[in-house]
Amino acid sequence: MYDFAYHKPSSIADAVKLLTDDPDAKPVSGGMTLLPALKHRLNQPTALVDLSGIAELRDVRREGDALVIGAMVRHYEVATDPQIMAAIPALARMASTIGDTQVRNRGTIGGSIANNDPAADYPAAALALGATIVTDRRSIPADDFFLGMFTTALEPGELVTAISFPIPEKAGYAKLRNPASRYSMTGVFVARGPKGVGVGVNGAGPCAFRQAEMEAALAANWSVEAVAGVKQAPDDLNSDIHGSAEYRANLVTVMAKRAVADAG
Amino acid sequence: MNVTKPVGAAFEGIGASVRRKEDLRFLRGRGRYTDDLSRPEQLQAWILRSPHAHARILSIDTAAAAAMPGVQAVLTAKEAEADGLGGVPCGWQVTGKGGQVMAEPMHPVLASGKVRHVGDPVAMVVAETKAQARDAAEAILVEYAPLPALPDMAAALAPRAVALHDEAPGNLCFDWEIGDKAATDAAFAGAHKVVRFETTNNRLVPNAMEPRAALGEYDPNADEYTLTTTSQNPHVIRLLMGGFVLKVPEAKLRVVAPDVGGGFGSKIYHYAEEALVTWAARRVGRPVKWTCERSESFLSDAHGRDHVTRAELALDAEGRFLGLRVETLANMGAYLSTFAPAIPTYLSATLLAGCYTTPAIHGQVKAVFTSTVPVDAYRGAGRPETTYLLERLVDVAARETGIDRIEIRRRNFIHPDQFPYQTPVALQYDSGDYETTLRLALEAADHAGFEQRRAEAKARGKLRGIGISTYLEACGIAPSKLVGQLGARAGLYEVANIRVHPTGSISVFTGTHSHGQGHETTFAQLVAEQLGVPLGSVEIVHGDTGKIPFGMGTYGSRSLAVGGAAMVKAMDKIIAKGRRIAAHLLEASVEDIEFGVDEAGGRFRVAGTDRTKSLAEISMAAYVPHDYPIEELEPGLEETAFYDPKNFTYPGGCHVCEVEIDPETGETQVVNFTACDDVGRVINPMIVEGQIQGGLAQGIGQALLEGTVYDSEGQLLTASLNDYAMPRATQVPSFGVSTAVTLCTHNPLGVKGCGEVGAIGSPPAVINAVVDALRELGVTHVEMPATPLKIWSIIQGKGGALSAATA
Repeated sequence: MYDFAYHKPSSIADAVKLLTDDPDAKPVSGGMTLLPALKHRLNQPTALVDLSGIAELRDVRREGDALVIGAMVRHYEVATDPQIMAAIPALARMASTIGDTQVRNRGTIGGSIANNDPAADYPAAALALGATIVTDRRSIPADDFFLGMFTTALEPGELVTAISFPIPEKAGYAKLRNPASRYSMTGVFVARGPKGVGVGVNGAGPCAFRQAEMEAALAANWSVEAVAGVKQAPDDLNSDIHGSAEYRANLVTVMAKRAVADAG
Repeated sequence: MNVTKPVGAAFEGIGASVRRKEDLRFLRGRGRYTDDLSRPEQLQAWILRSPHAHARILSIDTAAAAAMPGVQAVLTAKEAEADGLGGVPCGWQVTGKGGQVMAEPMHPVLASGKVRHVGDPVAMVVAETKAQARDAAEAILVEYAPLPALPDMAAALAPRAVALHDEAPGNLCFDWEIGDKAATDAAFAGAHKVVRFETTNNRLVPNAMEPRAALGEYDPNADEYTLTTTSQNPHVIRLLMGGFVLKVPEAKLRVVAPDVGGGFGSKIYHYAEEALVTWAARRVGRPVKWTCERSESFLSDAHGRDHVTRAELALDAEGRFLGLRVETLANMGAYLSTFAPAIPTYLSATLLAGCYTTPAIHGQVKAVFTSTVPVDAYRGAGRPETTYLLERLVDVAARETGIDRIEIRRRNFIHPDQFPYQTPVALQYDSGDYETTLRLALEAADHAGFEQRRAEAKARGKLRGIGISTYLEACGIAPSKLVGQLGARAGLYEVANIRVHPTGSISVFTGTHSHGQGHETTFAQLVAEQLGVPLGSVEIVHGDTGKIPFGMGTYGSRSLAVGGAAMVKAMDKIIAKGRRIAAHLLEASVEDIEFGVDEAGGRFRVAGTDRTKSLAEISMAAYVPHDYPIEELEPGLEETAFYDPKNFTYPGGCHVCEVEIDPETGETQVVNFTACDDVGRVINPMIVEGQIQGGLAQGIGQALLEGTVYDSEGQLLTASLNDYAMPRATQVPSFGVSTAVTLCTHNPLGVKGCGEVGAIGSPPAVINAVVDALRELGVTHVEMPATPLKIWSIIQGKGGALSAATA
C-alpha cells in the first residue's frame, strides 16, 4: 500500500470534519474491502479515518417498532446480539454466513451498507425490511440509498451512523455462494412486516434490488408456491465465469423459495 | 532382521501411528520458513512483471526508478546479459517422431526482447524496504509493442499463428509417440466395438499455503553464495542454478530449503527469482530477500495439468479391451519448466495400460507453447491426467456396451498371478491386486445399498450418483538408467548419510525434503526400529546442501521408496561395520557376530552366547577407541549410501465417490468418499491416511471446483482466490480411507508411495458419480470442474453434456 495519514477520531463530528476537510481521505470501519484494495495499490487515499474509536456507532437499541444497529456493529455481533436474534433472527442468521470468522470479527454492517458491493449480503435485507439508513446529517430510506454498483446516495464526507430496521413479523434469507469468493452469487431476503412484504435480491444484479412481482405474489399468498412460479428476467443481471445471467435469474426464484421456507 | 516390540514402551516402529515430531513447532507457529529469516543489512526485492501476454519490449527506462528513495539496484535483461547469466534450464529432453529433438527455447531470468506471458519477470528492484522496491518498480518505464496473445493451444496451433519463440515454429515443442501403432491399428480393425472419448484435463494453480520466497546472500571474503529458498529439492536447485544460470561451482554455493509450507510439485522447479536474488546479493553486496504475494504466485508459480486428449478404445464382444489409441495436446506454457516435457510423455503416456490388460496401445503427444504461465508437475504429474482419461473412458465403454461398470473393469484387470506384467507402453509392473482393493472399497462404501440411498435422495429432490475408479500409478522416480533412456538429464537416485554418534544417538542426512510429508517422523521410525534405538534418539536432517552429501529431493512419491531405501542400505553398512568392531571387542570372528533388536534395543551378539555389545557401546568404541583394530578399520560409525531404484513402484487401488446434486442450483456435494489404496508397506498409518485425505481433497478440488481461465487476450481471469475456487472443509466429506497391501518386490522396504494416490484416483471417481447422478437426463459426460453453473446448464439442456463425449 502507499503511504497515508491515519486518524482515529472519537466522535462523529470529528470524523466528518476530517473527511470534509480532505476530500481524498477515506473512512475505514472493518476494512474488509478497503484494506485489500490498499494492499493491491488499487486505491490511494491521503488519509484513513478509522471509525472504531467512536463509541456511539456501536449501539444496538430498540426504538419503538424498529431495531437500530450502529454502523460499527460487527457481523459477529449482529449474528450473536440477543436483541437482534430476538427481533430479526433472519438478519442475525444472515450475518453469521458472511465471509469467515476473521471477516465477521472485523467487518461492520455500516461498512457493508456504505460500500454497496453487489455481492454483499446486507443491502438485500435493508431493502426487504424497508430499513432506513441514518447518516450524520439525514435519514435515507433503503429504496433511495442503493443507487448502483458500489454507488449509494451518500454525499462526499457523509457517514453512515446506523441502520434502522422495522421489526418484521417474519423474515428469511437464502443464498448461493460464489464457489471461489464465497460472496453471494445470488441471495434473496424476504420479509413481511409493518410496511408490507419485501423481497430483496443481492448478487444477481449490479446492485441489490427489490423483486416486485415476488412481493405481490407473497402479499397475496405467503408461501413457497407463490414465489415458485415467478421468473426473474435475466436482462441486466450480472454474468461472469461463475454464473451466467440466466443462471442467476434462476437462482432468484430458487433462493426466494428457500428464503420463504426459512422464514416459515 | 528380527524385530520385537520393546516391553513397557509404546510401540514406535514400522506400522505405528506415531504423532508427528514436526507438528510441535508447526502447530505453535514456530516453524522457520524462508520469509521468517532475516539477515543483517538485508534488502528486499520486487519483481516488475509483464502486463501483456505477448509483446515486444521496445525499451526499458530505469533511471527514475534507480533514483527513488532506498533503491540499491534496478536489474533488467541488460545487466543479466552483461554478467553472463544463463537461461533457466530444463531437466528433460524429449525426442519426438523421426528423432526430432524438442524445441528448447531460451528461458531468460529477466525477459529479453519479448515478454511471453502475463507475469513474465521484466525487471527486479532491490531496495531497503519492500514498499520502496515496489514504489520504484512502478517508476520503471517499459515500452511494449503488443503481439497477438496465444492464450490456449487452439490459438497457438492455428494456421499462421504468430510464433512465441523463433526456435519453435508453429509453437510446437515436440511431437512424440509411444507404443506399437501397427499392432494397435490391427486391434481396432478386428474390434467388435470402438468407443470414443474426448476431454480436457483442467489447468490447475497449485496454491501451496506458503508462497514462494528466496533469500540470497554473498560472502565476499570467501566468495561464497547462500540461497535459502522454498524448494522441494535444494541440491537440484544448486545444480541447475549454479551450473547453468549463475555458473557458480558447487563448492561456492550453498542452497538451504528450511521449513517449506507445501509444494505439490510447484516448488520442484528452479525459478528465475532464486537466481535473481543470489545474483543481486553479489552485485549489491548485501543479502536480498524476495517473497511472492498470493496474487503474484498465480502469475509465476508453474501451473499443472492442461491436457486436451482424444481417445479410442477397441473392445471385443465380451467387453475385453483390445486396443487403445490416444492423442494428447499438452500445454507447456510460455517456457519449458524443469520437468515439463516429461509430464505428458514419460509420466503420463507410459501409464496408458492402467490396471488393465489392453494388449495394444499407441499414444501420441504434441507439446505446445502458449502465452501462459509455464505448466509443469502438480500432485500426480501426468498420472492424474491418464487415470482420469482411462477411468472415464471405461465408464463410457460400460455404458455403450451395456456391461456393468464394475464388471467391465473386472474382465480387464491384470490379475495377481500375471505379475511381473509387461505393458505395451514401456513399464513393467511388479505387484498389485486390483480385485482386492476394488472389493474392499465397494464393501466399505456399502455399494450394495446404494440404490436405496439414491431413492431416498430422490425423495428429497436430490440426484444421487455413485462412481468408482480403479487406478494404477507409477511412483518412486526413478530407475536412473530407464529415465535416462527416456530423456532425463540426471539420474534420480537418492542418498542417505547415517551418523551414529558416540553415545548412540543418530543423525540421518537425507537428500529428500519434507514440506508437509512428516519425514522427520516416518524416517525416524524406520531408523529407530531397524537400529533398535528410541525414536527420540534419531534426528532427520534435510534441506541443506551444506550438510547433506547429495540428493534429488521430494516429488513423485519417491521419498520413502527411494530415500528410505537408501537409508536401509546405509544402515546395512553401519551394521556391517559394527559387527567388525564388535568382533574385535568380543574377541570373536566377524562371521559369528549377529545384530538384532530386542527389548533392550539394538545389540551385537556372539551367536549362541549371551556375550553382547549394545549399539551405543560399539559407537563409543568407534569414536574414542583405546582398544580398536585401527590398522584394519577406520574409527567412526558413519555411512553413506546411494540407492538407485530398479523400477518404478506401482501403487493402485479403488476410489468410490457418492455425490448428491441439487438440480435447482447445480451444486454437487460429495456425500461419501471411500478409498482403498495399495501403497505397499505402511510405516506410519496416520501419516499415510493424512497424505491420502489431502490428495483426495485436491482431487475433489480438480473435479468440482478448480479451473484456470485465460481470456482471449491472455489475461488470467482466475488470478486470485476470489475467482479461483479451492476446496474448503465443507466441500469434502469425512473420508473412509483404508489400505490393502501388496509389497513392492524390488525395494528393500516393500513400499510404493502414498503422496499422490489421492489426487490421482479421485477425479474420475467424482465425475463418474456426477454423470451417474445425471444419467436419467441422458447425460454422458461433464467436463471438470463440474461447477454449479455447468451442471445447471446441462440440466437445462443448455450445452456441455455431450460436447466432450462422442459415441
